[in-house]
Amino acid sequence: MSGQSPTELTMKIHLNGTPTDVADAVTLAELIHALDLGNRRLAIEVNTELVPRSRFDQHRLAPDDRVEIIHAVGGG
Amino acid sequence: MPNEMQTPDTFSIAGRDYHSRLLVGTGKYRDMDETARAIEASGAQIVTVAVRRTNLGQTPGEPNILDVLSPDRYTILPNTAGCYDAESAVRTCRLARELLDGRSLVKLEVLGDEKTLFPDVLATLKAAEELVKDGFQVMVYTNDDPIVARQLEEIGCIAVMPLAAPIGSGLGIRNPLNIRTIVENARVPILVDAGVGTASDAAVAMELGCDGVLMNTAIAAARDPVLMASAMRKAVEAGREAYRAGRMAPKRFASASSPIEGLFF
Repeated sequence: MSGQSPTELTMKIHLNGTPTDVADAVTLAELIHALDLGNRRLAIEVNTELVPRSRFDQHRLAPDDRVEIIHAVGGG
Repeated sequence: MPNEMQTPDTFSIAGRDYHSRLLVGTGKYRDMDETARAIEASGAQIVTVAVRRTNLGQTPGEPNILDVLSPDRYTILPNTAGCYDAESAVRTCRLARELLDGRSLVKLEVLGDEKTLFPDVLATLKAAEELVKDGFQVMVYTNDDPIVARQLEEIGCIAVMPLAAPIGSGLGIRNPLNIRTIVENARVPILVDAGVGTASDAAVAMELGCDGVLMNTAIAAARDPVLMASAMRKAVEAGREAYRAGRMAPKRFASASSPIEGLFF
């Protein structure tokens, strides 16, 4: 992800299906901020389990976590 | 005799009364502006949305559907379109509830195959059971099968929504007798969901006694979606009024409308 110093420890997660390097033990709140999604209406699941918005600050990701960030789109 | 025109004719979903019996989807429109104008013209108060991955790093300023259709103004009905098993449908509903600040109204659809988009009835029943247990208020897409409709009601679904024809086909009400039977058996609202092609189809659904109609493609794929949205609004209202008015008994032969007495030739 952008803005990371090369010396910072990173780990690989699967973010919306794409292998992605993120800061070690990053929280969901930090991840959302880094992705510039801070003001968006979204919901997140980690390893197929929903993580409520109230826990974004505490929830730290681990290597190989599968993270899905979802939103509403037009549909029938 | 009370003036039936002035009697409020609302229907209730999850404890809220709605005067519009037309529910609309928000897919397949050219852009957000056309979506907003068509939905406005339809008069719908309940609109469906889908739940998908956020586009990361792409067009950050792009308006979101919920910016255009505010949850304060519309009842947002998130669907599980694209789910082919109970587990992904349940996951989708949990994400949707979080997305909508705990609102628990969902449209459950568990599909069987891509060619027909017919429901997988066993998986639908399983997902419905789990969702009801988890506190969701489930409006459920299903076949035009009266037995399955009854089972979904017994599980605790708050509305049952049989298809009129395959999703996006525009083939109209293929089995009006089954739809009527489902309506007659039901104690929850019955809405035709999928298959409507044009205004007369929507009117037929309402004349059969359905509580409402849910559609997307019939409006979005019309040459002029905004005009078709307006037509659908009127068709649903007309069909509903005709149902309430009680149609005349059909007869095989003619019956003169002008009196026989007083003929002077």
